[in-house]
Amino acid sequence: MIDVLIIGGGIAGIETACSLQDLGYETIIVEKEKTIGGHLNDWDTLFPTHRSASEVLAHYTDETRKRALTIYLNTYVISVKKQDDGTFEVHTSRDVVFRSKAVVVASGYKLFNAERKEEYGYKIYDNVLTSADLEVKLKDLKGEFKTPTDKVPERIAFIHCVGSRDEKSGNHYCSKLCCVTAVKQAIHLKQLCPKAEIFCCYMDLRMYGPGFEEMYREAQEKYHIQFIRGRLSEVGENSNGTLQLKVEDTLAARPCKIQVDMLVLMVGMESAKSTELFAQSCGLKCAPNRFIQPLDHHIGSNLTNVEGLFTAGTSIGPMSVFDTVNHAKATAFAIRDYFINTAR
Amino acid sequence: MNIEGKKQIWNAYQKEIAENDYFYARSCIRQNFFPASEVAFLRILREELHKNIIDDPNHTTCTGIGYHSDIVPFDTIQTVVARQFSLMTQAGLEHMAISCVTSFGIYTEILDLWHHFPEQLEKIREYLYKATKREFNLPKNIAHTSDVIYKFRNEIAEKAKYKLVNKQTGEPLNVVEHIGCHYAKMFPTKGVGGAEFPQVLVGMIESWGGNVVDYPERRHCCGFGFRNYLVQANRGYSISNTKKKLESMKPYKPDFIVANCPGCAMFMDKWQYTLAEMEGVTYDENGYGIPVLTYEEMAGLVLGYNPWDLGLQMHQVQCESLLDKMGIEYDPKAKYLDKNGNQMPLPEKPSCLKV
Repeated sequence: MIDVLIIGGGIAGIETACSLQDLGYETIIVEKEKTIGGHLNDWDTLFPTHRSASEVLAHYTDETRKRALTIYLNTYVISVKKQDDGTFEVHTSRDVVFRSKAVVVASGYKLFNAERKEEYGYKIYDNVLTSADLEVKLKDLKGEFKTPTDKVPERIAFIHCVGSRDEKSGNHYCSKLCCVTAVKQAIHLKQLCPKAEIFCCYMDLRMYGPGFEEMYREAQEKYHIQFIRGRLSEVGENSNGTLQLKVEDTLAARPCKIQVDMLVLMVGMESAKSTELFAQSCGLKCAPNRFIQPLDHHIGSNLTNVEGLFTAGTSIGPMSVFDTVNHAKATAFAIRDYFINTAR
Repeated sequence: MNIEGKKQIWNAYQKEIAENDYFYARSCIRQNFFPASEVAFLRILREELHKNIIDDPNHTTCTGIGYHSDIVPFDTIQTVVARQFSLMTQAGLEHMAISCVTSFGIYTEILDLWHHFPEQLEKIREYLYKATKREFNLPKNIAHTSDVIYKFRNEIAEKAKYKLVNKQTGEPLNVVEHIGCHYAKMFPTKGVGGAEFPQVLVGMIESWGGNVVDYPERRHCCGFGFRNYLVQANRGYSISNTKKKLESMKPYKPDFIVANCPGCAMFMDKWQYTLAEMEGVTYDENGYGIPVLTYEEMAGLVLGYNPWDLGLQMHQVQCESLLDKMGIEYDPKAKYLDKNGNQMPLPEKPSCLKV
């Protein structure tokens, strides 16, 4: 029997595994994708420093190799069953059944499907992208930045809170990272296309982390990005492929129309479908927002209602990379405490 | 524009539309401004599709315009709707086919309300019984009449004498489709194709050979908006909304507009005259304006019905340019003859819009 089975090979899972190994515990990671790193694989740069995401990914890849962590790729967790003796039986898409003394749910998040906001025209109008699409585009960029219809953009708009704080989407919560991501991406595009006018349409700007507010100020003062407090009501396509946005400017108290070459939808974070499925299998309590409910928000955010079953990273809600790393380290210490207490 | 994206949305919003045996709920506006459209609908269903549809003269207004103008209380309109259901029940039918988009929205809203608040349904049953001694069953299926034509669009295409194609060039006609707000914006699942990219008219246009124009203000209100028009002082809002739409569609050179809502067809047609008088502008290249059809008129033309039997002479923007493009044969001299062949009084000519 292994000490800890970790569900998810993103940065939360790997950081937890590394920290647990440092504490002397044997771990395995079960990852549904063909590679480790989760969403970081698709990201170009990270806020607030514009550091390349691949650097962080390379760090974790090196750690994985150096420590010879055991990782099962392309493996889905089907169910997690707690046994009478307090250990866990984990059934996966492989024939083998894993047994462990503790389990960590580090299954991450999924991005909001922007097609659900039908009025924004994602997957219908060619020049409507999501923030994730833009990261991929920037990551693969060779030469000049152009819109999907091959034009150097003169006007670009970012729409915040797509699928977040949105009752119609069933997501009342704030995804918390989209604001700063929009600021980061807006600056990046302004650097690539200095002549472009860039608009950010927001509800509130939630610059909660160190360096975020400074970046927001820089976006306005240095890069002249225009922030409009208001929601997008609908998008239409002009005959030349440009887009017409109908936006409410709540500070000016008037509706406005904006013509842009490209629209970026800042998609929020949702609980991964797989998390919900195996949470049901082991009686794991989920919060109304469908993420896993921590046992105690303040002093036990790594613990769950099932003893021996822990969480790390965004399985409990939206988190940045550095929040995820810190949470994962704390999970390792919570597991150590659990083993010490159960051994007594 | 990615049509596959639209198809995905359409797949998510396919509603059940009854196959046969409809109770017909007429529209107040349409009977006044497009009276032949409802006649054409009944003719298409009975003579072309061989369906059973009851058109009961005891049917009344749904009072929707009064309701949306805050002069008819909610309990009253529910009781009126309950009475229509009692007529349907009395006729031994279970399916409503509703001609007006406002009525369709009201029926949908009231059925949804009764579903969530059954005590309200019981109250209305009591009101209706006290007032009329009538009882009723809830319909098993309600459809807007454009849904019904949509359902049988391929059968109509098989019987078509004309296509939505420019006979001279062989190119598909460019058609602007406009959906009434109350068709699906309140209850997206009740409209074919949902609220943002409705398929109901697109399906007809494409089946009959036309090309759908997607222009930036496609989803914008036609300008009716009830209070925008009903309160005389607000009519500037009404016409400015219509103007916004017409200006937005003009660069696409539409051959005609088709609407599934009585108010939309009326306002996009009649405000073209008013805008021409006010500003000297028309929204086509030759000064005739853009013809506005109902979907039954469009279906009737495709089926080869006489344009004057379809009531096209009642429109503000005259439709001969469209008839010529489609290669439809018509007798210009018969345009203003009544059903007995007598000459009706000729309408005055507008000062700007060509007729």
